Amino acid sequence: MKGYFHSVTLDEEKCKGCTNCIKRCPTEAIRVRKGKARIIAERCIDCGECIRVCPYHAKKAITDPFENIYNYKFKVAIPAPTLYGQFKYMRSVNHLLNAFKLIGFDHVYEVARAAEIISNATKELMKKKDIQKPLISSACPAVVRLIQVRFPNLIDNILKLESPMELAAKIVKDELEKEKNIPREDIGVFFITPCAAKVTSIKAPYESEKSCVDGAISIKDIYLKLFSALGEVKQEEDLVKAGFTGIRWANSGGESLALGTENFLAVDGIHNVISILEELENDKLEDVDFIETLACQGGCLGGPLTVENLYVAKTRIKKFIDMAKQNVVQENSDNIYDYDLLWKRNVEYKPILKLDEDFEIAMKKLETLESINENLPGLDCGACGAPNCRALAEDIVRGNANETDCIFKLREKVRDLTVQMMEIESVMPPVMDKSDTNKKEKND
Amino acid sequence: MSNSIIRQSYVIPADDFSLAGEASSCVKKMLNQLGVPPQTVKKVAIAMYEAEINAVIHAGGGTADVEIGGGKIIVTISDEGPGIPDLELAMQEGYSTAPDSIREMGFGAGMGLPNIKRYADKLDIKTEVGKGTIVEITVFL
Repeated sequence: MKGYFHSVTLDEEKCKGCTNCIKRCPTEAIRVRKGKARIIAERCIDCGECIRVCPYHAKKAITDPFENIYNYKFKVAIPAPTLYGQFKYMRSVNHLLNAFKLIGFDHVYEVARAAEIISNATKELMKKKDIQKPLISSACPAVVRLIQVRFPNLIDNILKLESPMELAAKIVKDELEKEKNIPREDIGVFFITPCAAKVTSIKAPYESEKSCVDGAISIKDIYLKLFSALGEVKQEEDLVKAGFTGIRWANSGGESLALGTENFLAVDGIHNVISILEELENDKLEDVDFIETLACQGGCLGGPLTVENLYVAKTRIKKFIDMAKQNVVQENSDNIYDYDLLWKRNVEYKPILKLDEDFEIAMKKLETLESINENLPGLDCGACGAPNCRALAEDIVRGNANETDCIFKLREKVRDLTVQMMEIESVMPPVMDKSDTNKKEKND
Repeated sequence: MSNSIIRQSYVIPADDFSLAGEASSCVKKMLNQLGVPPQTVKKVAIAMYEAEINAVIHAGGGTADVEIGGGKIIVTISDEGPGIPDLELAMQEGYSTAPDSIREMGFGAGMGLPNIKRYADKLDIKTEVGKGTIVEITVFL
């Protein structure tokens, strides 16, 4: 049995057991038990929403420590374009790429460049007649996992092309091997990540057996090093490869704009994504060709592991997008990249909501669930540790909770008990009862 | 076959597009909890959603009754609206009596009833002008 790897984890020390995360989780994957938030592994999609909302910073993402780069002889950084929006004192993208060389990396390759190749491949794919439209972008792994657990009917709509990150790692490894004769096992490729979902997709990929990326360092963790190094860059070598269409992927809508079609829809923020996928599942969006779905508000620039405020970052990156537009990097020819970009395997429906394998038992459980739910107060207060009353009812029928976990139910029980006690108290054993002997005898 | 049947009722509010579809969402969730195959869930959800929208557009709301069990799902949408004068015509794709204000919102393309028919395994419509309409959608499990 394969276990689940999740980047999103809990810092027990910091968790106060409050209800913030359970209420925001889009897949109802968190419960508070014994004063601590527990993540239900099979439900978590690593969207990072809980990391963002936790006021005590008790939710964190497992990423690789910077020191891991020293496990490899030849160290390569592949930064997400989101990184470009993080620094105030950054002159140009090239300036930032050069900073990587001062902090210990031997080479740097832009994920934005690989994004352009994916854009072109997507364009080609969209020309085909036999594809299921609208295509749903697979750039955000949290959304792919969301579809897996909540929208099984949309699995066929997912764009099953490699992610820019994977492709970047492949390209850079191939190039180094061919052009510089560096043995593949000596190369360590590290993704500089804005989010937890990407880390999970490296450690536990769904589209292939093994990721080509060797590690993920969060933008947060590498920020200070780069910040200092930016001040030390004296001579810049030319490292820029990506044009503006690739950099723009950091913004919501960036991937769509690169496709040259007007007929797209870009949605960001996991709860907004859910609304759109609902509409799509109801056959309401059949007139759209491409749907870009990003779990974080604002797109990757709003990632939970970024440093800069989303709106500030947007302004910053706009400058570099405009610069790239003017520079017009030599018309990149994609013909030299002859990669099979299709996924090596498919994602499957994970029926996490199913109450039981057996339909009849599931029916019984659902019946009980609905009747329990009807008797709960419907306040969705979260004090029981479940995100809402219905979720508590679900936990009860699954055997993971009790009705008295609801503080209102508990109070009711206490009151009933008190009434009962009063009643019992008022009845005296006959031998001790000195009140009204005649009345007592009548009863006998 | 099981003898247990789950019944749920929902109110379809008048003139509120944002709430229409809520009932079908609830039903979708229940069916997923029962482990009903995704394709079947989709059939029920779309057919029910279209019928809900119809009740909102044409009839000032109504009620949705859902019955799961005995190997099938029956969704009954009842309203006390104007009724459908020519049902055969209404079943044709593209035919719509929705006013412009509703078409401007992207509804009323005349695909409602045809879509319901497409996704329902059995469709039974009882309608009387001036009295209302009852749409009974059956999807087999």
